[in-house]
Amino acid sequence: MTVARFRTILYIVAAIVALAGLADATYLAVQALTGETLSCGGSPDCFRVLGSSYAKVGGIPVALLGALAYFSVFSLATFAAFGYARARTPLIPIIGAMFLATLWFLYVQAFVLHAYCRYCLFSAAITFLLAGLVIAVPSSHEE
Amino acid sequence: MKCYLPFVIVGVAASTVLTRPLLCQTMQPQRPTISGDEPVSARHPAESVHIRGNPAAAVTLEEFGDFECPSCANLAPFLDQVIKEYHPRARLIFRNFPLSMHQYARDVAQAAEAAGLQGRYWEMHDVLYREQPVWSSSGNNARRLFISYAETLGLDLDRFQKDMQSDKVRERIESDQARAKSLGVKTAPWLFIDKREMGPNDRNPEGVRRLVDEAVKAESSTSEKK
Repeated sequence: MTVARFRTILYIVAAIVALAGLADATYLAVQALTGETLSCGGSPDCFRVLGSSYAKVGGIPVALLGALAYFSVFSLATFAAFGYARARTPLIPIIGAMFLATLWFLYVQAFVLHAYCRYCLFSAAITFLLAGLVIAVPSSHEE
Repeated sequence: MKCYLPFVIVGVAASTVLTRPLLCQTMQPQRPTISGDEPVSARHPAESVHIRGNPAAAVTLEEFGDFECPSCANLAPFLDQVIKEYHPRARLIFRNFPLSMHQYARDVAQAAEAAGLQGRYWEMHDVLYREQPVWSSSGNNARRLFISYAETLGLDLDRFQKDMQSDKVRERIESDQARAKSLGVKTAPWLFIDKREMGPNDRNPEGVRRLVDEAVKAESSTSEKK
């Protein structure tokens, strides 16, 4: 397998993974924007996290920001998979920012709220996976 | 074609997924509800009622419910649907009838009323019924769950917890119970349609729909004669 082909496969996987994160974040964003109470599957912790002040930044639901971030990653990874070299450059800072945000939210859940939300943990797993994928992508001079 | 494909893929994803939150926000139908604190009688705050639907509707469904009763939980989404279907001609008034056989019936009624004092009665009403299987079997965690629901609804938690124990909330529940007693309510759910008690044979979706339909038609013909 050539380096270019391996890179394309990684970007395709990253796009699919980002799509899963996008679905998760979109679901939460819709719930937050419409004011509908979400189904937490009976988890009190989930209500606690999503109802906390940390679920919004300046009045904007964090889930909406997450959806935008995932959409950006999905778009850039798709373009990168089709050979658009310029799409690769912003992927690393965006996923890096998402990674840092994820660490912050995990800290908040673990040490501030003492409660975990399954949607947030799923999103964290997706972000870690995306970070792993962009790290695994071989750089251009490895070809 | 290959160079256009990523644009197509991203465009399709954008239109199907990313626009959903915006669409939901802009196209969300206005819920025909009013604040649960809309007073009907000015004599005493405890006499204010929770109305779902058009407050001036000619046909009134008055429900006496217990948040811990499973059949009340089953009835709730159906009544919500009926009120939407017959909007603006029908409205629902919900009154507390906590049954002594239920461990949390009183606490949960207090939680709903406390949410009502912050203008989110019906949101709390809906989540309490929807999550009933969870909190009713949560042991000593029920109260914690009510607080987490309040948190999700964006309520002021300190105020919510104080209100739950307040005289205002207690009086309101007692007022509902007194009304239930005066009307001869024996259990929950107990439903009146235009002050007419529903018979045992009508206590099912078909029966409710038929009686509401009759009441709406009767009201329409009366207003036409006028």
